[in-house]
Amino acid sequence: MPLPDTVRHGWAVARKDLLVEFRSRTALIAAATFVVLVLVVFNFGRDPTAVSNVALAPSVLWVTFTFAAMLALNRAFQLELENQALDGLLLAPIGRGSIYLGKLIANLVFVATVEILGVPLLALFFNVRILPYAASLAGLIALATIGFVAVGTLFSAMTVRTRFADVLLPVMLLPFMIPPIIWAVEATARVLANRPLSEIAGMLKMLGAYDIVFVSVALLLFPTTVSE
Amino acid sequence: MKMLRAGRWITAIALLLLAGVYVRALVYTPVERTQGLAQKIYYLHVPAAIWAETAMILVGLAGVFYLFLKDPRLDRFAAASAEVGMVFAAIILTTGPIWAKPIWGTWWTWDSRLTLTLLLFLLYVGYLLLRSAVVDPAMRARYAAVLGICGMVLVPFIHFSVYLWRTLHPMPIVLKPSSPSLPGSMLATLLFSWGVFTLLYVGFVVQRYALSYLREQLEAAGEVGHA
Amino acid sequence: MLRAEGLRHKFGTVRALDDVSFSVQPGQTLAVFGPNGAGKTTLLRVLGGLIQPQQGRVQVDGGRRAIGWIGHQPQLYAQLTVAENLRFWASLYDTRPPADLLPRFGLEEYANRPVRALSRGLIQRTAIARALVHDPPVLLLDEPFTGLDRVAAETLSQLLSQHAAGGRATVLVTHNVEEGTELATDVAFMRNGRFVHCAPRSGRSARGIAEEYRNAVA
Repeated sequence: MPLPDTVRHGWAVARKDLLVEFRSRTALIAAATFVVLVLVVFNFGRDPTAVSNVALAPSVLWVTFTFAAMLALNRAFQLELENQALDGLLLAPIGRGSIYLGKLIANLVFVATVEILGVPLLALFFNVRILPYAASLAGLIALATIGFVAVGTLFSAMTVRTRFADVLLPVMLLPFMIPPIIWAVEATARVLANRPLSEIAGMLKMLGAYDIVFVSVALLLFPTTVSE
Repeated sequence: MKMLRAGRWITAIALLLLAGVYVRALVYTPVERTQGLAQKIYYLHVPAAIWAETAMILVGLAGVFYLFLKDPRLDRFAAASAEVGMVFAAIILTTGPIWAKPIWGTWWTWDSRLTLTLLLFLLYVGYLLLRSAVVDPAMRARYAAVLGICGMVLVPFIHFSVYLWRTLHPMPIVLKPSSPSLPGSMLATLLFSWGVFTLLYVGFVVQRYALSYLREQLEAAGEVGHA
Repeated sequence: MLRAEGLRHKFGTVRALDDVSFSVQPGQTLAVFGPNGAGKTTLLRVLGGLIQPQQGRVQVDGGRRAIGWIGHQPQLYAQLTVAENLRFWASLYDTRPPADLLPRFGLEEYANRPVRALSRGLIQRTAIARALVHDPPVLLLDEPFTGLDRVAAETLSQLLSQHAAGGRATVLVTHNVEEGTELATDVAFMRNGRFVHCAPRSGRSARGIAEEYRNAVA
């Protein structure tokens, strides 16, 4: 299959998803509310003499990101089932891979929006310096997000067509989310503590490998989740 | 049914031999110097861990072949292997803390390998939940294959991360590049136990496989509804 | 134009398709009647490539690009406008919606309204327009008249006769033998996954066919 076609159709699907989300904004508002809630609650539950800001910040950051991702993932295919639009996508002369790619892009844009919102809020509420590390932090967050959103997008294509979809997706995704999130949290902590980049090279490599492996696996497996 | 009986026999023999493992571990194997008697659990812990991981890989391989061949036998095997794998993961999660309490002084610790056995356990829980949530058998088999393959791919990540994290856990002393650094009698007990656990795995899987086959036959005859 | 050979498919132990073969030539309209659970929707999904049959094969001249589909559900995104919906679906076929599409269905003034703000009848018309964005030579229709209001039903009838007159093929499945009989050039009855009758209509009246259907299926 020529690559440009897959990407072009994938982008068409993603743009449509983002337009739908932009029109309703329900999920985005829910995610943003959640980010603010978590940042506030964690700050008040913390004993400032025992736990420093910088020590707590990475965990808080990734908790908010994973929940935001859950919100995005649950609605990605829900949208297609509402009027059986998924059948329309499957009937169209586009590769199944394009549908996956479109959903992945839309989910990533959604999560990235929450992340772009969450990081400055974290800096503000937790009084953490992020500007000097902005570039490495952005790279790290992107690397960690791609992997678990790729797996989650694949799984949500299955769970939406089962009973109790909303419960099943988090349970299935949990073991796949924990390794990259743990690497990401540890790496974030080191970045914020201004440690040399070489200290997190191992984790970055693991995150990179996870991304490459699971994006490829998901692209290969996605067609079997939608065709009967 | 012949297969079910065979599975029962294999399991019975394996359980008998498991008692043999205990006897051998307690009576004929020297007490480890630093860890004392608590180290005995090692002979159950390590083989169970090996099979909990291997079972997931077999689930994934069955999934790969299912997607090509669409043979329901592969799906039945995957389901059986996952259930047995979950039991083994549960064994580690219960025996692990029993070992950890006297040695590390705490029941649970966020040691990476303990964490990742937990992940393995959760992987099985997710897999079996997904199976129970899909009614159509063909769709269930396809979905299960997809999740099984992803699980199989996750296992090496789980395994490699052992070397990435600071860990309390004893480093592997048997399956490592250099030759095993274990006294001969301990190694023999371990290998014996591993053989017994292999037999246990086979026995359980054969029984589960036979049961789900019988269940499908009944469903086909319309005698029981969907689970 | 469209050929099905020896289609067989089971869901678990239920036989949804049991050795179904037929072909539809340009200008033909095949109406498949059958009770609920006879395998009609499965047949249509197999023809559209949504289900891989366990046995047999389907050939559509022009492949997936040639197929237009109208089902129970409108396959529209409620938050997007009519024009946005049509543009999106057309883009998947690497084309743009034909300029006369909206006027044909009396939808020009609603082009920039979100679909969820439209009445049921307008949504149905939009759904039909959606199926035609790429001017498909083969139309697959699943209970197309069910729940349509009178205007939409007339529009659809008109459209189908134009479609057939233009030398195109249509397969229509329904459980309601009163629907679509006038448009059919060929009639099939389906029961338990099998075609129990498949013949040209050859001048039979709608009432006559309804009578035959009851005898064949009941």
